[in-house]
Amino acid sequence: MTTFDLASALAASAGVPQPHLVTRPVGAAIRLLIERQLDALAAGTVAVLDFSGIGVLDRSCADEFVAKLMLPREGATPARDGFVMLRGLHDGHLDAIEAVLETHGLALVVQLPDGATRLVGAVTATERALWEQVMMGASAAVEELAAVVGLAADEVHDQLDGLVRRRLLRRSDGGVVPLGAHAA
Amino acid sequence: MTAVITVPASLDEPQFEQVLDQLAAVPADAKLLVDARHCRFATPYGLTGLLCLAQSRAERPDFAPPEDDDVRSYWARSQFFAHAEGLYTIRGTVPRRTGGNSDVLLEVTPVRDTGDVTAVVARIQEQAAHILTRTLDLEPRSTMLFSMTLSEAASNVIEHAGGGGWVMVQRYDWSKRRVGREVVQIAVADAGMGFRRSLEGSRARAVADRWDDAVALETGVVQGVSRFGDPGRGQGLKGIRGYVSKVDGKLTIRSGTARIAPIIPPWEEDRALRTGLAAFPGAQMHIVIPRRLATP
Repeated sequence: MTTFDLASALAASAGVPQPHLVTRPVGAAIRLLIERQLDALAAGTVAVLDFSGIGVLDRSCADEFVAKLMLPREGATPARDGFVMLRGLHDGHLDAIEAVLETHGLALVVQLPDGATRLVGAVTATERALWEQVMMGASAAVEELAAVVGLAADEVHDQLDGLVRRRLLRRSDGGVVPLGAHAA
Repeated sequence: MTAVITVPASLDEPQFEQVLDQLAAVPADAKLLVDARHCRFATPYGLTGLLCLAQSRAERPDFAPPEDDDVRSYWARSQFFAHAEGLYTIRGTVPRRTGGNSDVLLEVTPVRDTGDVTAVVARIQEQAAHILTRTLDLEPRSTMLFSMTLSEAASNVIEHAGGGGWVMVQRYDWSKRRVGREVVQIAVADAGMGFRRSLEGSRARAVADRWDDAVALETGVVQGVSRFGDPGRGQGLKGIRGYVSKVDGKLTIRSGTARIAPIIPPWEEDRALRTGLAAFPGAQMHIVIPRRLATP
């Protein structure tokens, strides 16, 4: 994992002396900065965007930064590579991020202050249940997951494929694993 | 010949319509005198509106400031005169800004670019957050949502007005009014292109049977349509509506000849849509946030 301190990145970028992510131009500037750094990471690396030092995040900026960062990274043939997690978010950040993710049908993994992780954005109950099972460190064997969530094995297979395409899980040794550590 | 526009004794959102009604009767190229000598009270909406009025004129208008010393002092502390001097020819002298006013959470502040929006947010977060927490009984983290609302409103000026605008935030004790508690008023105003022209190239305009200021306001404010085709656009006004509704506040937006009130709280009576108003360029947003009611 590689962590990016957004407040430091914002301070380093020209003309943004305040620790607030507001307006579309600021969102676009920080996205370009982070995209360059993500592109330089080894394939499969998980990037953690740390919002701890950020004050206000408005929806316009969240759309320009977070949503547009993720849009090229998901789907069957993504234009860009890389996995992204968020941490250091307060309720105001979450309000803005969830709103823009839902608008675009996106979702992200968020790490809470206690180290636990959860999904935010547009996810179905089935996706969430499967993701939580994988997070719990349960066997990622399709048959066992199917039994836990009450779906047919081929449906579980499709759902897990979808979670990988959406960058919410990773492929590993033919199975799926969380972006970060398993839940304790 | 100079046309005289008389500023009412009390200049809030409803009374500003009286100013615009007078303005509508005056040719666009006429020399104006905006006479505020007898004005005793003005809100952020009124003060930012007067600056927009000057910006809307081809010829620099004259301005007669309030005669009352307390009123003049308040207008000076609110930074109105500092900005008005660049737009009006002020008759007589006006006081310099002296001291602060804790009721003015943000003086009349120009919004011309992204840096101005960031500065407005920083100013509220650093200097007024504790007052907001006390006045509105907001949890400290909720001041973030207040600042987010302010940021989105000011960003709209930059993105959609085609020119700069003004923002001001002030608290009031409305315990004797129907709402029965303290409130904070936010005014964000510009004299730019307005909703109708901004959305002229949108798909919503292309498929509309009728197109006027009222339809444009409904399209932009209620339906969240932006002039940009990007599906993520329209988040700002959506966020503002969500926050104002959640905190039992009121939101109105005037543009051209129409005014929409998408959020009318139970403590206020208003019409959801007014049409046929006196034409005025740009867009003028007014937000009232009341103190949070104690939960039983």
